[in-house]
Amino acid sequence: MSTGILEFLTVFVLAGFVGVEVINAVPSILHTPLMSGSNAIHGIVLVGTILIMGSSHGAVQITLAFFAVLLATLNIVGGFVVTDRMLEMFKTKPAERSKKAADSTGDGPTGGAA
Amino acid sequence: MTLNTWIDLVYLLAAVGFIMALKGLSSPKHARNGNLLAAAAAALAVGFTFAYPSVRAHSLNLVLTLVAMAIGAAVAVPAARKVKMTAMPQMVAIFNGVGGGAAALVSIVVFLLEAPAKPAVYRIAEVLFGVLVGCVSFAGSAVAFAKLQELMTGRPVTYPAQQVINAIVAVAIVSLAVGTLVTGSVPLLVATALLSLVLGVIFVLPIGGADVPVLISLLNSFTGLAVAASGFTLDNNLLIIAGTLVGASGILLTRMMSKAMGRSLANVLFSAFGSVVTAAAGADGTGESRSVRSGTPEDIGVLLAYARKVVIIPGYGLAVAQAQHTVRELADLLMERGVEVFYAIHPVAGRMPGHMNVLLAEANVPYDQLKEMDEANPEMATADVALVVGANDTVNPAAKNTVGSPIYGMPIINADEAENIVFLKRSMRPGFAGIDNELLFDDKTTLLFGDAKDTLTKLVTAVKDA
Repeated sequence: MSTGILEFLTVFVLAGFVGVEVINAVPSILHTPLMSGSNAIHGIVLVGTILIMGSSHGAVQITLAFFAVLLATLNIVGGFVVTDRMLEMFKTKPAERSKKAADSTGDGPTGGAA
Repeated sequence: MTLNTWIDLVYLLAAVGFIMALKGLSSPKHARNGNLLAAAAAALAVGFTFAYPSVRAHSLNLVLTLVAMAIGAAVAVPAARKVKMTAMPQMVAIFNGVGGGAAALVSIVVFLLEAPAKPAVYRIAEVLFGVLVGCVSFAGSAVAFAKLQELMTGRPVTYPAQQVINAIVAVAIVSLAVGTLVTGSVPLLVATALLSLVLGVIFVLPIGGADVPVLISLLNSFTGLAVAASGFTLDNNLLIIAGTLVGASGILLTRMMSKAMGRSLANVLFSAFGSVVTAAAGADGTGESRSVRSGTPEDIGVLLAYARKVVIIPGYGLAVAQAQHTVRELADLLMERGVEVFYAIHPVAGRMPGHMNVLLAEANVPYDQLKEMDEANPEMATADVALVVGANDTVNPAAKNTVGSPIYGMPIINADEAENIVFLKRSMRPGFAGIDNELLFDDKTTLLFGDAKDTLTKLVTAVKDA
């Protein structure tokens, strides 16, 4: 085994701990957006698909790589847009501390798509 | 510094962005910014990837990459923009599945590139892991989508000798994987991939519709791990970090979700095996011969208007009918009359944990009127009316009383403890879990059939007249 793999294993193990620590206490209202948001984050596999397309030769490899890029783009773009739509619903929250403010829905900042 | 070092630094920046984004996503205040931060980090990383000379070495490949990205974006953006809030869970399942598929394809192509000179065993192991987990996630998400979209039954699918068949598939995959490890043969890897797709399907089939959200969270975590595996095959730290973050946090999130349902993850995933008989026993006595009491909107309007305390229990039916605004109108009207009103939210109301909160937030229901199950249940006994709007499984007492019922052990909102129970329902059809609800036949229960939005509108008029 080369030292390279050991370095990657180290990164892997540490990232695992970070992943658990960083979402320690999530209120259940955010379970769905969090799932959707992390779903978008693993869409970063797009980087990997672009890299393999670069080194692909021949029809088989290039076809497989083409679909890989396509699927990864669906994942990353769709994931971020859908999550943003879910979270849009939460934008009026601070304004509603007082009881009757419910009707005065202000225009929240309209964030651009990913 | 070399170009590669610069790109690696950008990747490090993106990884930090992802970690901070996940942190933001777990608090209501920063969630939206967290998501935008993650999107920005991803865009930066993808953009700098094109700086690699290898990516631009062959112009045909580069053009194909850009074409595939353009097609992907052109499909994904409108799909994600137009999807109804009620169909979000299916959408997440699809986006997750394609991610798993992409990760599996990356591993396969890397293997094809390296196969001529037989790669080291640990290289093959990395590839195998990515292919296996990615394929399971891809096929499993597709079945989960079909269940949620009601393209197939939401009930657990069981068939004779299920465990035997599963065992055979598992053994076959292990043998093929070992074979691939030893020989480095491409056909064996392809066979492993195909069988992993089969495994994904048979893994998800026996999971009941009500449990699918937990399943999607688990598959999300799987895809994360598959992406981490493709990071190993490509020697790419960014993919390893991002994939592992999602994999680890996804497992934790999955556990939180199954905990919210009062069950262990193993119970959610495997409880349907060999339960054909008990499931049938739970569904006997189908309501045809038994009588239910249905009321008029006027009767129920009076009941609500003169109550002291009304608890609204929303479910998926409310979401389907897009009735979240009407239910808020009814609640506001009752509160003006001095009735105490709150919403009791089951953790898995709707089809995903937190789904109902999102929908009610869309209708500007103030957060202090939303009570989570644990907070609401002690108050149920003192409620005059429990108004169940399009919910079913989440108030089904079978979860407490009927051992062997598919939902036995799931915590429910104790609607049965209220003085009166009013069900707004489309029909006598059972809920998503596919089992009957005893509560419908209770003496305290009144039913009002129809689309939730129609019946709620009628109730608003009736309360005004009362």
